[in-house]
Amino acid sequence: MHPFNYVAPLTVKEAIDILEKHGDRARPLAGGTDLLVQARGNKWDLDAVVDVKKIPEAMQLDVSNNGLTIGAGVPCYQIYDHEKIKSDYPGIVDGAFIIGGIQIQSRAAIGGNLCNAAPSGDAICPLIVYGATANIAGPSGNRDVSVEDFCVGPGKTVLKNGELLVSISVPDPPSGFGAAYERFIPRNEMDIAVAAVAVSVTLDNSGTNFESVRIALASVGPTPIFATKASNSLQGKPINERSISEAATIAKDESSPISDMRGTIEHRKQLIEVITKRMINKAIKRARG
Amino acid sequence: MANTNIHITTTINEQPYEFLAPSYMSLLDALREIVGLTGTKEGCLDGNCGACTVNVDGRIVDSCLVLAAEIDGCKVETVEGMASSEGLHPLQKAFLEEAALQCGICTPGFLVAAKGLLDNEPNPSEHRIRHWLAGNLCRCTGYDKIVKAVQKVSSEG
Repeated sequence: MHPFNYVAPLTVKEAIDILEKHGDRARPLAGGTDLLVQARGNKWDLDAVVDVKKIPEAMQLDVSNNGLTIGAGVPCYQIYDHEKIKSDYPGIVDGAFIIGGIQIQSRAAIGGNLCNAAPSGDAICPLIVYGATANIAGPSGNRDVSVEDFCVGPGKTVLKNGELLVSISVPDPPSGFGAAYERFIPRNEMDIAVAAVAVSVTLDNSGTNFESVRIALASVGPTPIFATKASNSLQGKPINERSISEAATIAKDESSPISDMRGTIEHRKQLIEVITKRMINKAIKRARG
Repeated sequence: MANTNIHITTTINEQPYEFLAPSYMSLLDALREIVGLTGTKEGCLDGNCGACTVNVDGRIVDSCLVLAAEIDGCKVETVEGMASSEGLHPLQKAFLEEAALQCGICTPGFLVAAKGLLDNEPNPSEHRIRHWLAGNLCRCTGYDKIVKAVQKVSSEG
């Protein structure tokens, strides 16, 4: 491992200055559960890691009528231990609760999971179906990017030199909204998704029709995938077995998995179909309370 | 600017410590090589096995995935802090009585992790214990004895 310096700035501005100065020889440090493993694996030669955990904006965790704000360094356990988040954002909790074991969840951050940009990142698909936005600060100002556009390849994000993910904004779920996330792994815990699906639904006032739906797929492409065709196929449709099955088939077709040690293309595609159906039904159940 | 030493002030097992550690050194290495507390073990070095579990500010963590620099101002508890002058911690006794270890390399991690659970939840279900300890691997016992040992302490709670 390349020996790196440790810096813990107190402000976003200070962090950006250090990141900009070092370019690709510096990385932000949130929980470190991916970063330190990758630094040891010589993924990068780092001169500096920039700990974001002393920056107030990166550690905020606020729920209000305007929605949920998750600072980029907030660890998973703070998400699933939060009563209001548990009741109002159960789909986000589904992801936070299954990232690593308890030790990892003490450190690993939702924002770090997003910036690590693994196709299997368990926090990412839930954020996509909640319509979350990444709040980015950089040398030339701030910008917001939809989470579905944030990852651009395995381990690659839209972040440019000197830019820092400060927080993630999740809009307040409208009435009739429900969301859920589930992955398939051959173990009970502590594994990486073979395939996974997040679904959010917004039901109309009668509770019998889909007003809008968002479906996102993990571990079946180079990035987490926002399955727009499957999502749109349910817009305005009545809730029934046929509409749900059709959407699941479209989601399967939108996935583009590879075969590797965790699963084959065929297995993963079948999983997407099965889990999509399951998650649509679970999201409906949650929407109906 | 790489490779600077960081000045760290911390509390380990209720004792104050002050030391210098290289900026890139893990908490695990600092505990073992600088502080001299070798009870915490190195296993996989990537957050899978939990052998290096310690408690930082009330949360169990893999000390291989924490930088020593990050614990400045924190309270750290390691396996060395479990036994008191009166004897072994109830979990340590239960591990002995239930034969919840064979080679022992995973044991400090399991003990610190289990203590982290029982400190906050004195009577967890078996399912909860197994879920909580999923981040600790043992390649000898097959887990049942470890879970029984933790249950023994929780029921005696």
